Amino acid sequence: MKYLLHKMAFLVFTCSLAVSAQATTPEEDLAAFQNFFKHRFPNVETSDFSNGAYAIDPIGRENWEAIEEFPPYEPFIDEGQSMWETPFANGKTYKECFPEGPAIAGKYPHWSKQKGMVITLPLALNNCREANGEKPLKYKKGPINNILSYIAYESRGQITNVEIPSDDPAALQAYEDGKKFYYTRRGQLNFSCANCHLQNAGMILRTEVLSPALGHTTHFPVYRSKWGTVGTLHRRFTGCNKQVRAKPFKAQGEEYRNLEYFLTYMSNGLPLNGPGARK
Amino acid sequence: MTGKTKKWLGITGVLGVISSQFLITPTLLATEADIIKEGEAIAFDRTKGNCLACHYIDQAPSPGNIAPALTAMKSRFSSKEALYQQVWDATVKNPESAMPPFGKHGILSKSDLQKVIDYVWTL
Repeated sequence: MKYLLHKMAFLVFTCSLAVSAQATTPEEDLAAFQNFFKHRFPNVETSDFSNGAYAIDPIGRENWEAIEEFPPYEPFIDEGQSMWETPFANGKTYKECFPEGPAIAGKYPHWSKQKGMVITLPLALNNCREANGEKPLKYKKGPINNILSYIAYESRGQITNVEIPSDDPAALQAYEDGKKFYYTRRGQLNFSCANCHLQNAGMILRTEVLSPALGHTTHFPVYRSKWGTVGTLHRRFTGCNKQVRAKPFKAQGEEYRNLEYFLTYMSNGLPLNGPGARK
Repeated sequence: MTGKTKKWLGITGVLGVISSQFLITPTLLATEADIIKEGEAIAFDRTKGNCLACHYIDQAPSPGNIAPALTAMKSRFSSKEALYQQVWDATVKNPESAMPPFGKHGILSKSDLQKVIDYVWTL
């Protein structure tokens, strides 16, 4: 317990790289963040960062492209489509809540001034279900991944475009909290997200290439061979926290929502390409 | 070589053989080798030292390349103690080091950490 975030929160926030040490506004953070990766990987087309480690690992990419010929996430898309189309007990459908759906992934996450919180797509889907008298879905495993897969697939090609509205200081605070989370070391192993996916992106950890943080949010939900199924972004956050031997936070809790807000903003300009397939 | 020297060599040799069979020396030698072997096992264990995740070690399988190769340790650290301190908490010397603080955070017990140091010191 003694390695929990709480104890670390008061520590001086030291970013190891120039990214946040000098940048102050989200716009400046964004430029510094993306430039960092463009300098480190000068031969990678910006949009190719949506492909994670496969943008920088040619051998991994070959295997991945072979997997993509018969995508393991396809059945989940089909299941999700039927969820989207099947009416709730009250006769209404998801379309009622999302008139522009199903291709709506590019609208998330976003700041809700009215609710004073970051609204993610899974949260919005459950809000819709509850408004229509349905039970909410679990946020890490299970059927939520079906409908997320369908929506992600229909949203392919949309461009990440998260906004931090300047007319609400609470939005900026949520962004800053997410950023702080990203650069804070945690767990017995004392790693921040940035230690691996920024500072050491592209290096080899045992046999794995550390994927660049830029593009991390574009391909969720993701089919992971390790999981043998499709999982949410917050499930992945949970796994990362466990890997550094930190206590994970609640999926769709404030910490992970704000982290998603920051991290997705950092990928602004990149095309959405979910659902993805990863090792 | 003089006869005297030969005689002394002979006596020393006999004493050596006797002591190596009955006295402390072999126990000490074997223990040190055992500790180094044990240290190597802890260093390679993915749930313990997991050094290879980031460090190259000669002849060891699938090392990462995040951190410096573990080689010529005696020329890089002034003493075993200095090496111990580095593995105890690498952020003392370099606050930006990504290396987990193996001692400070209790990732390894003191005795396991000492064994790892005994092993790494031989590299």
